[in-house]
Amino acid sequence: MTKYIIIGNSTAAIGAIEGIRSLDTTSPITLFSSENHHTYSRPLISYLLENKTTLEKMKYRDDNFYELNNVTVVYEKIVKINSDKKQVYTEANKEFSYDKLLVATGSRPFVPPTKGLDSVKKYFTFMSLDDALDLEKVANSTSKVLIIGAGLIGLKCAECLQNKVNKITVIDLADRILSSILDKDASEFMQKHLEKNGINFILSQAVTSFNGNVAQIGDKNVEFDILVMAVGVRAQTELIRDIGGTVNRGIYVDTKMQTSIADIYSAGDCTEIYDISCDKVRPLPLLPNAYIGGNCAGINMAGGEMVFDNAIPMNSIGLFGLHIITAGSYIGDIKEIQVPNGYKKLFYQDNYLKGYIVVGEIERAGIYTSLIRNKTPLDSIDFDLIAVNPTLIAFEKKVRKTKLGGKV
Amino acid sequence: MKRVYVNEEWCLGCHLCEYYCTFANSNMTNMAELRNMIIRPNIRVEENNKISFAVSCRHCTDPLCVKSCLTNALSKKDGVISIDKDKCIGCFTCIVSCPYGAISVSANDIAQKCELCTNNSNTSPLCVQKCPNGAIVYEER
Repeated sequence: MTKYIIIGNSTAAIGAIEGIRSLDTTSPITLFSSENHHTYSRPLISYLLENKTTLEKMKYRDDNFYELNNVTVVYEKIVKINSDKKQVYTEANKEFSYDKLLVATGSRPFVPPTKGLDSVKKYFTFMSLDDALDLEKVANSTSKVLIIGAGLIGLKCAECLQNKVNKITVIDLADRILSSILDKDASEFMQKHLEKNGINFILSQAVTSFNGNVAQIGDKNVEFDILVMAVGVRAQTELIRDIGGTVNRGIYVDTKMQTSIADIYSAGDCTEIYDISCDKVRPLPLLPNAYIGGNCAGINMAGGEMVFDNAIPMNSIGLFGLHIITAGSYIGDIKEIQVPNGYKKLFYQDNYLKGYIVVGEIERAGIYTSLIRNKTPLDSIDFDLIAVNPTLIAFEKKVRKTKLGGKV
Repeated sequence: MKRVYVNEEWCLGCHLCEYYCTFANSNMTNMAELRNMIIRPNIRVEENNKISFAVSCRHCTDPLCVKSCLTNALSKKDGVISIDKDKCIGCFTCIVSCPYGAISVSANDIAQKCELCTNNSNTSPLCVQKCPNGAIVYEER
């Protein structure tokens, strides 16, 4: 029997439970959740405010999930690990012993220190279900909302509030929106689309100070009554850092998702991971990577053999009816394809596809993702053909035979 | 388990599978109602320079779409990957994940895919039953 402890109750934690239970159906699993909710899908909080989902439907697993998987859930925060004694401790200093431990503490919103921030009455971040429920309580048809950060979180927040409030202004230090996932041209394309839908932008600027309901931005004063901080996220690494484990921008893990400390694994937003599309180790705080990493950790914790060695960034986001799909890194040569009412760019280097951006016409884009993930040599496919339309016919006949005539 | 496999050497490129698939997943009683309609089948024929073949969900052993699904709308039971239309919010993370391009956008702007006709009144995949040249088969491999 192995005693498993999981710190965290989101995607990586669920992936780990399913990984453990694929091999070990009986050993006890104890899970600690700092949020007082059944596991839910974090990206759905904006859909909840738009009434496109419900509290019930946004549950990431069914109500009986913990029971079916023999998981004891403790709704308390773990504040310390002792890796010599192999114990974890709650805020009330209750101790729990483990044989194998998973740290899946996720990330927290990064809030840049800004003068006068404590004078803002209605100030929110937009990361958790409680954040969303709190925001929903105060947003009304007269609200003027100021969102700091034109990234994925800030813009999904803007979209879900648009029909509820009077005015939304999004400000970003970068000179363009979605700068972490789009190139300059695609940013401009999306910005126009969002402006058409009533979102206002202030770019290349930052708030220098707050004074109650007024933000000073350069030499301008902008009035608001609700402030949402969505500048970015930071990995929650303290539990591992405090016991001397290797931590950089996230918790270090090897391809088995093991940390630098024996019998402690980690996955999800709290880790950094090797990105094969740019040969760099970096945080990739995205739901698919959290599940795959967590699942891999769980299998290894239960004594199995699994590696996660092909992580890449990938995003799919819809904003006011226009969909964007992106994956990989934007390095190397560019192949731009003209698309009606959309945008498509492929990035390739040394005979490999490195990244792509598709706006509008998103169907079958996963075929491009697979070229990046599998490092398919571009001279083994009809690259000109596939660039126009992602198809399997662009692959060699023998490859098609395996893909469509074989068990995959 | 049984899956749908295609043999491109036998495919006529007739697109009948696309029509039967759409019909199987509709509430229609007569296939002629598909006339003049834009069809959204879960199996799609690719063709180029006399080569043609149909592509539908491979029901992968290790399905990236299921692992990547934001909402748990996609799940795998008894080898069949199916979608809970009620839970899907149309984020299309499955489309960015699927290496075969086998998941598409439905008329309601959510994800749709082949469920091997387990989600309709047919006893086995209708595309296979109706393929005139045996280019699509449903078997154990």
